[in-house]
Amino acid sequence: MPKLKVNDIEVEVEDGLTVLQACEKAGAEIPRFCYHEKLSIAGNCRMCLVEMEKSPKPIASCAMPATEGMNIKTNTAFVEKARKGVMEFLLANHPLDCPVCDQGGECDLQDQSMFYGVDKSRFKENKRAVPEKNMGPLIKTQMTRCIHCTRCVRFATEVAGVSELGAIGRGEDMQITTYLEHSMQSELSANVIDLCPVGALTSKPYVFEARPWELKKTETVDVMDAVGSNVRVDTYDWEVKRVLPIINEDINEEWISDKTRYACDGLLNQRLDTPFIKYNGKFEKASWSEVFKIIKSKFENSSKDKVCGFVGDLTNMETGYIFKEFFDRTLNNINYDSRSDNRFLDNSERENYIFNSSINGIEDSDLIFLIGANPRYEATILNARIRKAFVNNNTKVISLNDVGDLTYPYKNLDGQTQTIKTIFEGSEEISKEIISASKPMIIIGESLLKLNSSEQLFNLIKNFLKKNNKFTDDWNPLNLLSCDAATVGNFDLGILNNEKNLLEELKSNKFEIVYLVGQDNLEFNKKDEFVIYQGSHGDKGAEIADIILPGSAYTEQDGYFTNLEGKMQKAYKASYPPGEAKEDWQIINELAEVMNNRKLFNDKEELESSMFNYLKLQKEKQITINEKQKISDFQNEKLNIQIKDYYFSNAIARSSKTMIECNNSKLNIKSTGTDG
Amino acid sequence: MSLRRPAKNQPETFEFNSSSIKEANKIVLKYPEGKQQSAVMALLYIAQKQNDNWIPLAAMKYIAKFLDMPYIKVYEVATFYTMYNLSPVGKYFVQVCTTTPCMIRGANKLVEACKEKISDKENELSNDKSCSWMEVECLGACVNAPMMQINDDYYEDLDKEKTIEIFDKISKGEDPKPGSYRGRLNTEPENNRKTLMDVKNA
Repeated sequence: MPKLKVNDIEVEVEDGLTVLQACEKAGAEIPRFCYHEKLSIAGNCRMCLVEMEKSPKPIASCAMPATEGMNIKTNTAFVEKARKGVMEFLLANHPLDCPVCDQGGECDLQDQSMFYGVDKSRFKENKRAVPEKNMGPLIKTQMTRCIHCTRCVRFATEVAGVSELGAIGRGEDMQITTYLEHSMQSELSANVIDLCPVGALTSKPYVFEARPWELKKTETVDVMDAVGSNVRVDTYDWEVKRVLPIINEDINEEWISDKTRYACDGLLNQRLDTPFIKYNGKFEKASWSEVFKIIKSKFENSSKDKVCGFVGDLTNMETGYIFKEFFDRTLNNINYDSRSDNRFLDNSERENYIFNSSINGIEDSDLIFLIGANPRYEATILNARIRKAFVNNNTKVISLNDVGDLTYPYKNLDGQTQTIKTIFEGSEEISKEIISASKPMIIIGESLLKLNSSEQLFNLIKNFLKKNNKFTDDWNPLNLLSCDAATVGNFDLGILNNEKNLLEELKSNKFEIVYLVGQDNLEFNKKDEFVIYQGSHGDKGAEIADIILPGSAYTEQDGYFTNLEGKMQKAYKASYPPGEAKEDWQIINELAEVMNNRKLFNDKEELESSMFNYLKLQKEKQITINEKQKISDFQNEKLNIQIKDYYFSNAIARSSKTMIECNNSKLNIKSTGTDG
Repeated sequence: MSLRRPAKNQPETFEFNSSSIKEANKIVLKYPEGKQQSAVMALLYIAQKQNDNWIPLAAMKYIAKFLDMPYIKVYEVATFYTMYNLSPVGKYFVQVCTTTPCMIRGANKLVEACKEKISDKENELSNDKSCSWMEVECLGACVNAPMMQINDDYYEDLDKEKTIEIFDKISKGEDPKPGSYRGRLNTEPENNRKTLMDVKNA
């Protein structure tokens, strides 16, 4: 642990840290452009120059390892002059177009030239102009502004795992580009916009929309996948203008996926803003009291066994809980479920449906076995973590299926369930590898749980791991990769029915009333059912509805979500629901009041405390509903990984124009000029 | 100098011929296991030699696959170094040095000769498609300034007339003699040696 002095303050830093990090520890701020904590060190912007005793020249602190006895000065006239000089060079070719630049107000170059730069220019010559580059539908380029920090190149190569960006040419002619200007094929591509310290790479969908100081910023969580990335939602009036990542080292580090970032324009389209009633196949606007009255009479005129309810993939836990309460207390019925497919779930223990090793645990693991999962599309941020583990520790990854490029190499097997069986019966080479690994991770995708023999396979895997003592106090190798934000929360709340197969009964048209809360993924042929749809978007669920109750999206109401690791996080209200729409819990509460003249809960706080109470009780007594084991013969199946279309995986993303563009660029559809 | 761009007309495919493959494999072997990508510069040069002194995009892709590295990384290297030609050059590829010593000794006259005899602009093929020229930075023969390089040979101590003479020979298909055009042996002083007179073989 070297000790050194920074501005006469003594600091002791860990081995391998740089002078810049030591300076930060001593509280001295160092300006920088190319240096970034999460990327490799480039040392090419020279902005972080500091004075070191016995060195005649200033040193680049980001690239200099901190060593014993250094004496660093960051506040001398020498350093100030060095910074001014670097700043002048950087600005020599940088255009003065801040008024029309989208980075204005949150630009590192702008801020740092205010603090460390010179207020005049001595550069009388012509500035360099660089042609714009095509980097796909998300990244707008204005390469004249580029200062060649190469953060984007390093991000693409190291974190995203797609070596498509590079710096071509040299000296003044150096340009950052993708190979022959193909769009970047990564689900993390838009993070380069945040990384770019200047306005060279800016957000295409957000172009000229707003200035950062005009936006209201709300820190919340994302619901586009089950990872629960921490995000900041920026709103201008009602509109959600953009979504940016915030740092959470345990979950998303500093990155978010393109879907998280850009599906937000789906919050503006296809919105349900008033209650609707279907008359003769046509929706007509109605008032809340009208629709509640109709729903009440419908519920009263049908027997309670003929009512069922489904909760969707983006529903927050409060809504799920009050929905359950509504069925339990108001309708006296347990015909509700949160699953939209026949997936196997043994919820007697919580570890059966969460990602037990945790996202941070990926970095400690020494063997990762993917079964029926494609983390690149099912949980992009988690996949980036696996890549990080591969890059840092050379972690071995095995996948049952060949799932294409995962941004890291893996060994793929034949995709047959027979293979899983033989491996977890212990007779294969891989079985031995799992046994000898100290921290193996078995990542089970949802596709496996949908198979006919999913129960046997799941129990086989779990028992194998148990038998070989892979479950220890600090390690749990069993990982379920959920795809949807609400999945784990709904399971925690017990919104499922393992006694009856509700889906089968729904498909054979046994119900009279179907109540859908944000559930758009059910596939059944509607006959005489009366369908109530409550949700935010006019999607598949609303299409088949007879009554539509306009609800709110995740940015429009406070609500808890539990991510795939089982971490409970609160999403905060950034905007408000459009038109007549209400918060989801409120709708159900009011409906209960209409039915029984009594609200389920007086206010949101009561609902929340009741919900937490329920969760606590559940934790204490691990429920054992699933006693009867399905007895059927194992049969070999081909395990097909069914991934929902990545850019259209939920109602919000399906309403997003940006996601359509992303999808098109992926399919490489050439614009014909007639497609609008 | 500005950023050099790959040529518009690109061949569809490129492959090393047998002698190039032999040479390439020999170079790749020089690097330790897992560091084969270090051979990229040598391989680009082999590709350039094989393909009439220029590197098509197909060759970059081929080399990227050969060394198992991303296309963009090969592209970066090829655009960085000016001695890799990214568009077709003449069978006789003339490089005129215009850095200070040559410039003082009249390199601009050589450029004039190129413009008259080959093409108006740099990097353009002559009318008979056999020749192209470009200005380059110092080629390290300042003692014999002004000079130019045609393919692998240096032509030194030139002036406009002598340059034109060389070009005339080229267009007739003859190979002009490389070296000094004022009768010097290598870089020895003009007319006669002035120092080390007593050392016979100096």
